[in-house]
Amino acid sequence: MQPKSGTKGRRIAIAIPYVWLAVFFLAPFLIVLKISLSEPAVSIPPYLPLFEWTVGADNEERALSFFATAANFATLFADGLYANALVSSLKIAAIATIVALIIGFPMAYAIARAPDRFRHILLFLVILPFWTSFLIRVYAWIGILKTEGFLNLALRGVGVIDSPLTILYTDVAVYIGIVYTYLPFMILPIYAVLVRMDQSMIEAAIDLGCRPIRAFWLITVPLARPGIIAGCLLVFIPAVGEFVIPDLLGGSETLMIGHTLWVEFFNNRDWPLASAVALVLLVLLLAPMVYLRRYQLRTWSFEKP
Amino acid sequence: MRLMQSVVLVAAGLACAAAALAADRELNVYNWSDYIGETTISDFEAETGIKVRYDVFDSNDILETKLLAGQSGYDVVVPSGNFLARQIQAGAFQALDKSKLQNFDNLSPEIMADVAQAWDPDNSHGIVYMWGTTGIGYNVEKIAERMPDAPVDSLRMLFDPEIVSRFADCGIHVLDAADEVFPAALAYIGEKPDSKDPDVLRKAEPVLMAMRPHIAKFHSSEYINALANGDICLAFGWSGDVFQASDRAVEADNGVEVSYTIPEEGALMWMDMMAIPVDAPNPEAAHLFIDYIMRPKVIAEATNYVYYANANPSSDSMIEPEIREDPAIYPTPEVMQKLYINTPYGRSEQRLINRIWTRVKTGQ
Repeated sequence: MQPKSGTKGRRIAIAIPYVWLAVFFLAPFLIVLKISLSEPAVSIPPYLPLFEWTVGADNEERALSFFATAANFATLFADGLYANALVSSLKIAAIATIVALIIGFPMAYAIARAPDRFRHILLFLVILPFWTSFLIRVYAWIGILKTEGFLNLALRGVGVIDSPLTILYTDVAVYIGIVYTYLPFMILPIYAVLVRMDQSMIEAAIDLGCRPIRAFWLITVPLARPGIIAGCLLVFIPAVGEFVIPDLLGGSETLMIGHTLWVEFFNNRDWPLASAVALVLLVLLLAPMVYLRRYQLRTWSFEKP
Repeated sequence: MRLMQSVVLVAAGLACAAAALAADRELNVYNWSDYIGETTISDFEAETGIKVRYDVFDSNDILETKLLAGQSGYDVVVPSGNFLARQIQAGAFQALDKSKLQNFDNLSPEIMADVAQAWDPDNSHGIVYMWGTTGIGYNVEKIAERMPDAPVDSLRMLFDPEIVSRFADCGIHVLDAADEVFPAALAYIGEKPDSKDPDVLRKAEPVLMAMRPHIAKFHSSEYINALANGDICLAFGWSGDVFQASDRAVEADNGVEVSYTIPEEGALMWMDMMAIPVDAPNPEAAHLFIDYIMRPKVIAEATNYVYYANANPSSDSMIEPEIREDPAIYPTPEVMQKLYINTPYGRSEQRLINRIWTRVKTGQ
């Protein structure tokens, strides 16, 4: 009896994540796929059904008719807008990720090396912004960056600039918004690996005559690699599809795939084409996600040894 | 044990009944942002005991998407006329039960006839909540500083590169709504504003492209605060929104003076229509609310607060004279002649203007 119920329990435990994936990933994916093969219509919902029961004149003869079109995907490739929006999103996300890494790594390093009693406070401070709504924090940046905003007032006050800087509604504001919002996702995984690093390895290197900078590149960075990769993907992936930050802080010429999708969905009321855009985006982001999963499985753990 | 069970059952039954009762006394309203009287909702709640859940949007597109997804959960929604027309076609609304709308006859027969002709035959699906124009809002001082003889009552302010370029440094916002901007661009070059001819629609592109380099942002609600704070000096926006900006600036006493003009080339006259979605959970309360809104006193208070004209002539005597006599809000008959209304775009025209609009905004 005992081993049998053990397998049963294990099966249930294994089934839970699969059921979760099926319900919250596979099912929505199939719905989006279905809509992407359909045609828009003025109706509720605003697209034609893929399968339909057609009833004959005698009300008896029934047939299941099937209609699907690849026209939406053809449009995506025919009009350069979508490819441009995608490339522009990838570029913005990549630059933001690099900036987040440049800022986040030293912070993670400093927190990991801080005395025990400070470390928890510092970590707490990294997580603290999450206690306020993301939307309100992005709105706050409007107040900081606008022409008559805090930043310009402060810079003029100390006499650094004469005329106000135009930052709000430019790509620079989008970078600031993305880096600010996702910085904790960069810091935490890097911190997690750095805090477990054996300090004696650095000491050994220095004892053997290695200069500190060289020791940093030869020992700390390679050991932090899993954290760096996880952090970069955690920033990069959501940044590619980001909609709210460019919408609030970006200018009209900030072209991102999230906004292109919005226009298809809301302005053109073309759900099938919007679904096709979403599918292409999903497939393109799947590759880094799979990579992240592999890294998580191999190395990810927040516990301190 | 038995006793315990029955107690639980009765309690559960009571809870369900209470929930059903509560749902019956609940009304979900979805209206434009900054678009209702200060106490309209609370007065309605106090009078009827119906609890109102009030949500807001700032674009017809958002409302339409929710309606077309089905099961929006709203009892009263407020689309503009051209959107209402398409949504009627999609089967999104139920017919109004006029027997429950005793105040229906308060509405201006002329305006309702326009509505019936353009969007809603027989006025069977919607009533006019408020109406206004799409025109030019500006910061009086900053514009005068840059161009003392600026043609503030002309679309040249936006579409003439020589003129619009002078104001680029103090900030210009334009509505992010192709449906509003295209008719204006067509009116500027002397074409029929409501044209659905693709060749005519394409003529708007060079006009908009010439304006583009000088625009700070295309957005449909931020300009209210931006004008009021003096962050921008020119906006192509909705009449009442500009007046609200002007009012906020006066309240803040920040020295900003905001004004609105209806361009001489003509302007879009839009009307926002109250309607009841086909799957509204509480159509009974929705009718009560719409009838309440058509009371002269209620709609007058709303107009006094949001600076938009209503379609209820019996409310005229209760509207503050500075609003009732302002030709930018209640235009003179001569100006009324120059206003035009728009009908919905077909799918391929909609796609065409939105594609051009994207190109204008992003250069792509």
